[in-house]
Amino acid sequence: MSWAFLRDLLSGVNKYSTGIGRIWVAIVFMFRLLVYVAAAENIWKDEHDEFECNIKQPGCENVCFDHFFPVSHIRLWALQLIMVSTPSLLVVFHVAYRENREKHHNQKLYRNPGEIDGGLLCTYLISLILKTGLEIVFLVLFYKLYNGFKIPRLVKCDIKPCPSTVDCYISKPTEKMIFLYFLVATSCLCIVLNLSELSYLIFKYSIKCYLKRYVKNQQ
Amino acid sequence: MDWGALHTILGGVNKHSTSIGKIWLTVLFIFRIMILVVAAERVWGDEQDDFVCNTLQPGCRNVCYDHFFPISHIRLWALQLIFVSTPALLVAMHVAYRRHEKKRQFRKGDQKCEYKDIEEIRKQRFRIEGSLWWTYTSSIFFRLIFEAVFMYAFYFMYDGFRMPRLMKCNAWPCPNVVDCFVSRPTEKTVFTIFMIAVSSICILLNVAELCYLLTKFFLRRSRKAGNSKQQPNHENKEETKQNEMNELISDSCQNTVIGFSS
Repeated sequence: MSWAFLRDLLSGVNKYSTGIGRIWVAIVFMFRLLVYVAAAENIWKDEHDEFECNIKQPGCENVCFDHFFPVSHIRLWALQLIMVSTPSLLVVFHVAYRENREKHHNQKLYRNPGEIDGGLLCTYLISLILKTGLEIVFLVLFYKLYNGFKIPRLVKCDIKPCPSTVDCYISKPTEKMIFLYFLVATSCLCIVLNLSELSYLIFKYSIKCYLKRYVKNQQ
Repeated sequence: MDWGALHTILGGVNKHSTSIGKIWLTVLFIFRIMILVVAAERVWGDEQDDFVCNTLQPGCRNVCYDHFFPISHIRLWALQLIFVSTPALLVAMHVAYRRHEKKRQFRKGDQKCEYKDIEEIRKQRFRIEGSLWWTYTSSIFFRLIFEAVFMYAFYFMYDGFRMPRLMKCNAWPCPNVVDCFVSRPTEKTVFTIFMIAVSSICILLNVAELCYLLTKFFLRRSRKAGNSKQQPNHENKEETKQNEMNELISDSCQNTVIGFSS
């Protein structure tokens, strides 16, 4: 079980997406998943070992690290990637349900089970809204947990058992900040793509509906 | 998810590339991605653990390391490879879109569609002309830009391509100017120069491919212009011949009429 599973999942979703949806999948693959696995994971690999406090008091370093990093950036990033990719499964399930229904009734019920119309359109729109919502939730979580997107070189800690205010040094803060900004930028790009796909679909299908009604009235 | 997935994605683009494009792809995978994964990552693996400063002051080592290596070479190369591979996706998307349109035509039973079945459409290799030419050329252009930007960023951040053995650091909390020693500087310099050299070769290949495509485009245009000029001459000659014949016929008719009347 690894990221390959997510990759296969997203490839399956690609089939039933619009053009903008396919661009979204490509961006998630190249700029988020691949960057995470190939580059970002290694930066946070030894974050606890390299977190150093100016004190010999046993337990002080552990307690300070836990206070400043309740959930590590890299774990939040991984959770975000998984959560954001999952709503697309709704679409895959709906299409599978349609195909199952056709098989069960042994007749062609839909013009094309993968075509985005009717119920599948609702499912698709819901998945887009969920994706966007989850992206925003994670960005807000990052912002609130770490007081913005900055990673300081030095943090001051005075939690027991540290005897006084102690200087603690974070390892590779600049590199971590660069990749954090990269994460935020790609998240925002994905939010913009999701919103444009949402407006495109709503616009397209309202025009279709309006034209159908107009033709019916004419007849 | 790893570089293998990138290989699968880009392998599909390979079919529709020029020969220079195929060479570029091979160089990218063998001399850059493979070297990065198999060798370079090991060399930089213990970079912070073995970065040693001549002081016991806690925190000085961390701060000095962060000061001299804002972003590690390895990460910069990984980002460079990802950005440089991305424009090829544009071509892959365009080809997929064309295939989709052809499949739609085929399904509608269009008479113009010359394919026998869907499999043939799937396996067909598209020629680089028309809108695909523009997509392909802009992808090469973006590749060039990304390569150049990353090489410059490298040069700018590390003041050249050499890795020094010793760095002097006096960032707070280091008590004074402290000597810090980098691990494996010679090996890192060798790999840095190797990656820069292969980057330059890729830039040259991209420039050559761009020139080749532009030359082909202009040749094709001049050939088309040449063809269209020839045909009107042909038509003019035939027209003038027909006009002469008409005149002869009308002259002879007139003569006959005059002859009859007289």
